[in-house]
Amino acid sequence: MKAFSYVSATDVAAALRAISTEPNAKFLGGGTNLVDLMREEIEQPDTIIDITRLPLSGIEELPGGGVRIGAMVRNSHLAAHRLIRTRYPMLSQAVLTGASAQLRNMATVGGNLLQRTRCLYFYDGAAACNKREPGRGCDAIGGFTRNHAILGASEACVATHPSDMCVALAALDATVVAESVRGVRRIPMTEFHVLPGETPDIETTLAADELVTAVELPDLPVAATSAYRKVRDRASYAFALVSVAAALETSGGAVSAVRLALGGVAAKPWRAYQAEQVLLGAPATDETFERAADAELAPAVAQSQNAFKIELARRAIVATLRRLLTEGSAA
Amino acid sequence: MVEIRMRVNGVMEALDLEPRVSLLDALREHLGLTGTKKGCDQGACGACTVLVDGERINSCLALAVQYDGREITTIEGVGDGERAHPLQSAFVRHDGFQCGYCTSGQICSAIGMLAEHGSGAPSAVTEHLSADTIELSDAEIRERMSGNLCRCGAYNGIVGAIREAASGEAGRDVMEAVR
Repeated sequence: MKAFSYVSATDVAAALRAISTEPNAKFLGGGTNLVDLMREEIEQPDTIIDITRLPLSGIEELPGGGVRIGAMVRNSHLAAHRLIRTRYPMLSQAVLTGASAQLRNMATVGGNLLQRTRCLYFYDGAAACNKREPGRGCDAIGGFTRNHAILGASEACVATHPSDMCVALAALDATVVAESVRGVRRIPMTEFHVLPGETPDIETTLAADELVTAVELPDLPVAATSAYRKVRDRASYAFALVSVAAALETSGGAVSAVRLALGGVAAKPWRAYQAEQVLLGAPATDETFERAADAELAPAVAQSQNAFKIELARRAIVATLRRLLTEGSAA
Repeated sequence: MVEIRMRVNGVMEALDLEPRVSLLDALREHLGLTGTKKGCDQGACGACTVLVDGERINSCLALAVQYDGREITTIEGVGDGERAHPLQSAFVRHDGFQCGYCTSGQICSAIGMLAEHGSGAPSAVTEHLSADTIELSDAEIRERMSGNLCRCGAYNGIVGAIREAASGEAGRDVMEAVR
């Protein structure tokens, strides 16, 4: 690990001042990703601004019925919170399927949003990676691609976003609240992460001097009937091959409300708008669920070793919706 | 260098550290508490698990300077002097280890896990997230302990030890000890 100077910020204003004045500085939350990347010298900040002491650790109801989650809330505390477990069970489940209990006790909500890909070529300094070194090429393409993208990839990058939490947040129409010395900005979760295109080193729409201070969940009754299903190579403590965050409400046998997002398939949590369009108003049957999955996955393109993920995603979507229909919510 | 103070196993320690020193290295190299083990040093194996204010974390991914003012418990602080903690005794009875390298992390992790379960926290295998009480089944123990790898494969013994320690008279002792 390269040497760096360390600053601990005790209020948001001080953190924002520090990030706007210190060159090559980074905010540090729980450290579960950044410390690892610094040890591998993939990240080499000159200054670390520790933000874990900022007063952003609350989860509270919003006047309009939504919920505000402070950016420094630990992943484990988010998953265990009553409001989340009962009103947004897919979010609790998503967080609980991510990492290990120890890591969830450290990792913050803000840090989870900003974690970087687990593509092995990104971690391997000897490999070509456009995300790590723009213009260098991509050794993942044609390499070991079991964990790589099937949607929204480019010729420059086929990495996936590793978060489970973010998949649920995308399905729930969450909003990311970001602050800088210039003021407060609200970013829809579905616009927070970006697809790689020609610039896979750019992963979010957050500016370098902006601090995520909160995530807000809207009042969303359909979310009470929701679930997160993760398919992976081990039963626990592994990244998703494919995951599905789904919320479903039916009325008179037809889908009256639905939210659907996929994980493990793209460089961003993949909100399945195409599938939602097929589902809404249609009979709540396997046939509809299959049609919806097909619509979403029509543009899917496999890499050399992950063609199975297209069919896996299709089955996971159908199975998750079917279970919500027949067994109801995880809550 | 950054000056920090941490209460480690009940003793206030003052340290002058480079900011890149991990909590794991601070414990092992600066305080001589080598019971906490370095396995992968990248948050994948759980051998370095310690308790911070009663919560389990991977000390290898923690910068020590971030834990200024906190209360750390390592395996050296588990149990009462020569008297083993009930979980330690249960690990011995159930052969919850072979080489022993992961054991200090397993035990610290299990203490944290039982406190989490006791507070009503669900896991990824909990069927009803809104339930007030969650039975600590073997499936729950395995899921909640999945962050601690054992290359000797002593998992059955580990699960058995935790199951025993969490129930009956020993369980009450454990719950007292983790409070």
